[in-house]
Amino acid sequence: MSRGVLGYGVYVPYWRLDRSAIGAALGSGGGRGTRSVASYDEDSTSMAVEAGRAALGATPGVRPDQLWLSTTVPAYADKTNAVGVHAALRLDHSVLAADMAGSVRSGVAATLAGVRQGGPGATLVVTSDVRTGLPSSADERDGGDGAVAVLLGEGTPEAPVICELLGRASATTEFLDRWRTPGEPASRTWEDRFGEHAYVPLAEAAVTDALKAAGITIDEVDHLVVAGLHARAVGVVRARIGARKEALVDDFVSTIGNTGAAAPNLLLASALDRAAPAQTILQVVLADGADALVWRTTEALVAYRPTATVAELASSGRGGLPYTDFLTWRGFLDRDPPRRPDPERPMAPPGLRNESWKYAFVGNRCLACSAITLPPQRVCPKCRTVDRFEAIPMADRRATIVTYTIDRLAYSPSPPLVAAIIDFDGGGRFNVELTDCVAAEVAIGQRVEMTFRRLYTSPLGTVHNYFWKARPIRG
Amino acid sequence: MASNGIRDRVAIIGMGCTPFGEHWDQSVDDLLLSSSADALASAGLGIDDVDAFWVGTMGSGVSGLTLSRPLQLDYKPVTRIENYCATGSEAFRNACYAIASGAYDTAMAIGVEKLKDSGYSGLVTPNPTNDGSAIGIAAPAAFSYLAPAYANRYGLDAQELKDVITRIAWKNHKNGALNARAQFRKEVSCETIAAAPLVAGQLGVFDCSGVSDGSAAAIIVRAEDAHRYCPNPLYVKALSFVAGPASGPIDPDYDYTTFLEVVRSAEDAYRQAGVTNPRAQLAMAEVHDCFTPTELVLMEDLGFSERGLGWKDVLAGVFDLDGELPVNPDGGLKSFGHPIGASGLRMLFECWMQLRGEAGARQIPSVAAGKNLALTHNLGGRPGACVSFVAIVGSELG
Repeated sequence: MSRGVLGYGVYVPYWRLDRSAIGAALGSGGGRGTRSVASYDEDSTSMAVEAGRAALGATPGVRPDQLWLSTTVPAYADKTNAVGVHAALRLDHSVLAADMAGSVRSGVAATLAGVRQGGPGATLVVTSDVRTGLPSSADERDGGDGAVAVLLGEGTPEAPVICELLGRASATTEFLDRWRTPGEPASRTWEDRFGEHAYVPLAEAAVTDALKAAGITIDEVDHLVVAGLHARAVGVVRARIGARKEALVDDFVSTIGNTGAAAPNLLLASALDRAAPAQTILQVVLADGADALVWRTTEALVAYRPTATVAELASSGRGGLPYTDFLTWRGFLDRDPPRRPDPERPMAPPGLRNESWKYAFVGNRCLACSAITLPPQRVCPKCRTVDRFEAIPMADRRATIVTYTIDRLAYSPSPPLVAAIIDFDGGGRFNVELTDCVAAEVAIGQRVEMTFRRLYTSPLGTVHNYFWKARPIRG
Repeated sequence: MASNGIRDRVAIIGMGCTPFGEHWDQSVDDLLLSSSADALASAGLGIDDVDAFWVGTMGSGVSGLTLSRPLQLDYKPVTRIENYCATGSEAFRNACYAIASGAYDTAMAIGVEKLKDSGYSGLVTPNPTNDGSAIGIAAPAAFSYLAPAYANRYGLDAQELKDVITRIAWKNHKNGALNARAQFRKEVSCETIAAAPLVAGQLGVFDCSGVSDGSAAAIIVRAEDAHRYCPNPLYVKALSFVAGPASGPIDPDYDYTTFLEVVRSAEDAYRQAGVTNPRAQLAMAEVHDCFTPTELVLMEDLGFSERGLGWKDVLAGVFDLDGELPVNPDGGLKSFGHPIGASGLRMLFECWMQLRGEAGARQIPSVAAGKNLALTHNLGGRPGACVSFVAIVGSELG
């Protein structure tokens, strides 16, 4: 049985920067449309969790055996970021979780590793990226933030393959187009026309070989997606590859932006959103060479419902983010902190003891009185029964705001901190930080859902503190 | 199970209290020496006459050496106590029990805090090692949860609630203006209070207690010995303390319009003291007005107002200095200031002044008319997860 795509989930952050705001502030740069912006409390790991939740939620019955996380901006070096994603998604301890970090091409490799592996298990491939550049740069303007999770495997009656790989090819040549040494805040690129010179023939070669391997011609391609950070080369390849005009899939650059490592599978997802069964998708990626993958959708695609389509995600979100906030969130504008202590470093041993709570938001339900407690307690606060509990995952439960505050004193990477007491549907209460909200719009009775975030990075020891927040339910 | 109390078994025979405020030129040791010397002088005792000591501080020292070193005590027992913002009251409570037990003849309860040396805004509480999942909101935000919850439950709009808490701040500043020891000794108009920069939720700068340095102390003996030292001692009628299960933030049944810990400790204290109608029987109350909504809710939790009607009593002036039941006649935490470990003893210090007719310009007339009971309420922690202390003291036995 051939392996293929079993499901997918896309995450695009809530905030949008109007590109015109860049030019308005700097007197140059900017442009038209919007780009998605990871909030101050998001990074490649937290967005990967959100995408993973979307994929697993839309694909019940699949529990992956492997998790590959690919990003150009890993939150940690020398520590596997995929393991945090693994914990937040409550994957089994037997699952191998590993990073394939570095460049956009690592994500292609992760996808291929997932689809080509031997054996029956499913692989969750998550590509996630936060794109920015120095103020006024093209990278800052054209970039976008987001994550995509793709489940790959053999398929089962309850989770059949919705898209299989017909053929693929690569073309690799060493050339200096884009680079960043570790620790640098932004990438550098060579002259634009040089990249076009190098990329276009590589793409043509990869596409020719992939089509040949798949046994089809370019005319038979129903959906063409071309991803890569070299916008000029991507545009030329899209136009010149010879695909039918109606096969061109929106690249979402004018709404979401170019999501880098996430872009190849974000565009594949958007093609799956719109594809009919038995159609062909050509996925081309320009990243230090070229890779071409030819996919064919199956009849099972008809019944597949993603958590949200890419088009829906592109048209949602909130514009009007001040450019100064964007710069602050990305670390290019250091603002005066409150006269409060720096946030504490989260401690490693309690983090291990409380893994399912801290990372997966799993509470306790009392076996005597059914009361739910967050965080888990050993003595039930309602009936005082001791040590008779079952674990109850709460991350996907919705809740209602009981009371709230806007804390202008507390430390926050983006003050003021907004907090609320929330009561979950079916029981359980938590004192939680809100995110993706405008303070003035928070109200008692508002409905919220949980989202995995990076609360802060402790100045002492530079530890990222990941945990859950609540955000208003929209739409 | 019983909370029997020690009604009329111990008495306060001397008290001292430093001015509260920004004491840039005084150390913790200086503050301790000052309040302890004042308390001893007030009782007519020397340091060697005191058998045992309880020193309360949340973060300005650890161990009994906090006191024994600056005072150069002669190998006496000193217990250091911490119980959040109720720390000073806890020092007093434990000292009272030691005297009541007969273990010692004379004890000192002393509280101190030096907050202004840290350089931080507001109060900073050290946390035990943790996994980083607890929310990092500051104290004003935690107490500001009360405001929208109270308004929502009792049908006040945001402006009405703001008017109520503004009036509490106005009253406490007005009282503090009459107090030479208070951190803020100036009346502030309601307009200024309401227009102040916001700190958390609806709370502006004037809705928050003063961050300050200070110390207060009491000398305690058995009631039957009190007149050997003092013609007009204060007798301890009730001491109640509870630590709640801290379940408010995890229990959907808690609605953020009350402190269950306060309700329980008040019931216990009233029973110990035989008080059945606190609003009528008490001459005054010093309550834990850490933030203005706290004082509003406390009026109901302490039984001074009917549930849901505290805000009307506040607006009607019931708790003003010349009202039916003066609350925080010394200016409270709001205006007197809140050096954590000292605050509980500072509250008792105002009872000491008022019930003995020594409060000067802010003297409550009902004392001369025969009311002789006063209440102190001291709270530590946050709504839904706190400790609460209630004491009742009186100038007459029986």
